[in-house]
Amino acid sequence: MKTTYREAMREAMRDALRRDARVFLMGEDVGRYGGCFAVSLGLLEEFGSERIRDTPLSESAFVGAGIGAALGGMRPIVEIMTVNFSLLALDQIVNNAATLLHMSGGQLNVPLVIRMTTGAGRQLAAQHSHSLEGWYAHVPGLRVVAPATLEDARGMLWTAICDPDPVLIFEHGSLYNLEGDLAENAGPTDLDRAAIRRTGSDLTLISYGGTLGKAQDAANELAGRGIEAEVIDLRTLRPLDAGTILTSVSRTHRAVIVDEGWRTGSLSAEISARITEGAFYDLDAPVARVCSAEVPMPYAKHLEDAALPQVPSVVEAALGLLEAA
Amino acid sequence: MTDVAAMGLDLDRDHALHLLRELIRIRRFEERCVELYSAAAIRGFMHLYIGEEAVAVGVMQALTADDAVVATYREHGHALVRGLPATVVMAEMYGKLEGASRGRGGSMHIFDAGRRFYGGNAIVGGGLPVAAGLALADRMQGKERVTACFFGEGAVAEGEFHETMNLAALWRLPALFCCENNLYAMGTALRRSESETNLAYKAASYRMPAWAVDGMDVVAIEDAARRAVTEIRAGGGPVFLELRTYRFRAHSMYDPERYRTKEEVEAWRERDPLTLFPRYLDDAGLLAAGDVDGIEAEVKAEIDAAVAFAEAGALEPVEDLTRFVYSERPA
Repeated sequence: MKTTYREAMREAMRDALRRDARVFLMGEDVGRYGGCFAVSLGLLEEFGSERIRDTPLSESAFVGAGIGAALGGMRPIVEIMTVNFSLLALDQIVNNAATLLHMSGGQLNVPLVIRMTTGAGRQLAAQHSHSLEGWYAHVPGLRVVAPATLEDARGMLWTAICDPDPVLIFEHGSLYNLEGDLAENAGPTDLDRAAIRRTGSDLTLISYGGTLGKAQDAANELAGRGIEAEVIDLRTLRPLDAGTILTSVSRTHRAVIVDEGWRTGSLSAEISARITEGAFYDLDAPVARVCSAEVPMPYAKHLEDAALPQVPSVVEAALGLLEAA
Repeated sequence: MTDVAAMGLDLDRDHALHLLRELIRIRRFEERCVELYSAAAIRGFMHLYIGEEAVAVGVMQALTADDAVVATYREHGHALVRGLPATVVMAEMYGKLEGASRGRGGSMHIFDAGRRFYGGNAIVGGGLPVAAGLALADRMQGKERVTACFFGEGAVAEGEFHETMNLAALWRLPALFCCENNLYAMGTALRRSESETNLAYKAASYRMPAWAVDGMDVVAIEDAARRAVTEIRAGGGPVFLELRTYRFRAHSMYDPERYRTKEEVEAWRERDPLTLFPRYLDDAGLLAAGDVDGIEAEVKAEIDAAVAFAEAGALEPVEDLTRFVYSERPA
């Protein structure tokens, strides 16, 4: 079945709304407008305004209301239009959703799903291009996932809804138009394991979300030069599936991490540290990272392109590791 | 003090003594906490409710066990009136396994899921959106329950207050917003931080019924809360109460109190609910000789037992440190 990432995500929501009367969607423009990125288009007509709730532009209130509704027996899906706006709800996400279970001595779990768009690449400049999923992945109590494929766009949501704890789903804005085939019976996918999207023996490219496609393109290009790169899709950013990473790197002896976040204090830094801690003696070269340049994202296309990880920069980093050996 | 007869209220002796007992329980419990804090048995931040007890006692009379309560870091009194045993509240202050939150919360984070007591929020304004969500869940599930949310007047300056007032009124959520106006956000006087100090006006601007109540008068508070809850249960949407009260002690355990005068504190102490209410009951002929002494003795025994329970409590094993970060799943 031909579909897109956007449609797969919509189908996942439709499925969840049909399966469980406790599920509802709320956020800015999710109803009449059909979603800023048209992900929820048509759901209002099918499920009505009680379950497809347009909210005021009050990120803190509607995210907090999602937490309260989850405590009160519902299974809310809260859509925050973009990660940039999620900063206005940071108090609720970090101080409440992430802490309540622990702070209450195990009494109050928060079965809440928060979806948001992340990432750059569409000339939206500094306030609409953040990749802050790494920040959220820093916080114990949250589960953070980044579907990068049609299967995961279709499959992660239901698993997230069934999770007793808060799950943040980061959807890279450049992925919504991703097209491809999805099995008719595609269903829930796990949130626990990284996936090896391509096997290879010469080095490991570690990516997630919006950078998976770039890593795969780089692997294709490297293959043309006789270099076989393994490509890991992290899928889950917290908890990290360190086992899959370490097993791969122990076999390939080289790793390049591709992360759209800024390098300093990033998810790529964490992964690099895990590799150093767990596979140091298997490395034939230092871990390499391809991250965003440390600037607020500029608008002009040539500058934005230069600021983001790109296929040539991934290839270059990979070649650098092989030459170092 | 409210003229009960003029309000048409039927304050019988049993209920009067119940209110008095609750006021005394909170006061004596917290006075003991001060001693224990000085003795280093309790640590961390500890915010006392002394002076404000009538608010929690009065409002809580209007709630049933099915309703929900969201409170702040100054919540010992709310927890006790909600029915949490003094033993588990005290054990929580001690950081013990038997505490309400297994010692993971402390004074500021007391929770009881079974009693629908949702704590214990130490970010000013942070409980408001959660309360709206609890009310939303009730509305969506067709439950005729009310969520009472307590917060200080300092929260009114937060964006979360305004966002939540709007959302609750827009969606007509069954929530009772109880603003405990003790005039100081830590050390910042209301008049120094708000352009409009009549806080009910702010809520009213969101088109919800809002009024101010004497926060030292437990009977007036109960009456206001009962009327508000009746309106909310009837589907009228949220109601806001500004409860004008005063904190007799420091913001947390100690502060230099440079922000207010001794005369001001003394003037408010004249209106101490623990003085006003017994005097009123006496005048109304509802108090018999020995009533107060009897309550004091019972409360002392309850608190002694709570301290003994906390002292005897266990410490959670350090091996369990990372439990409850995520829900425990079947292996």
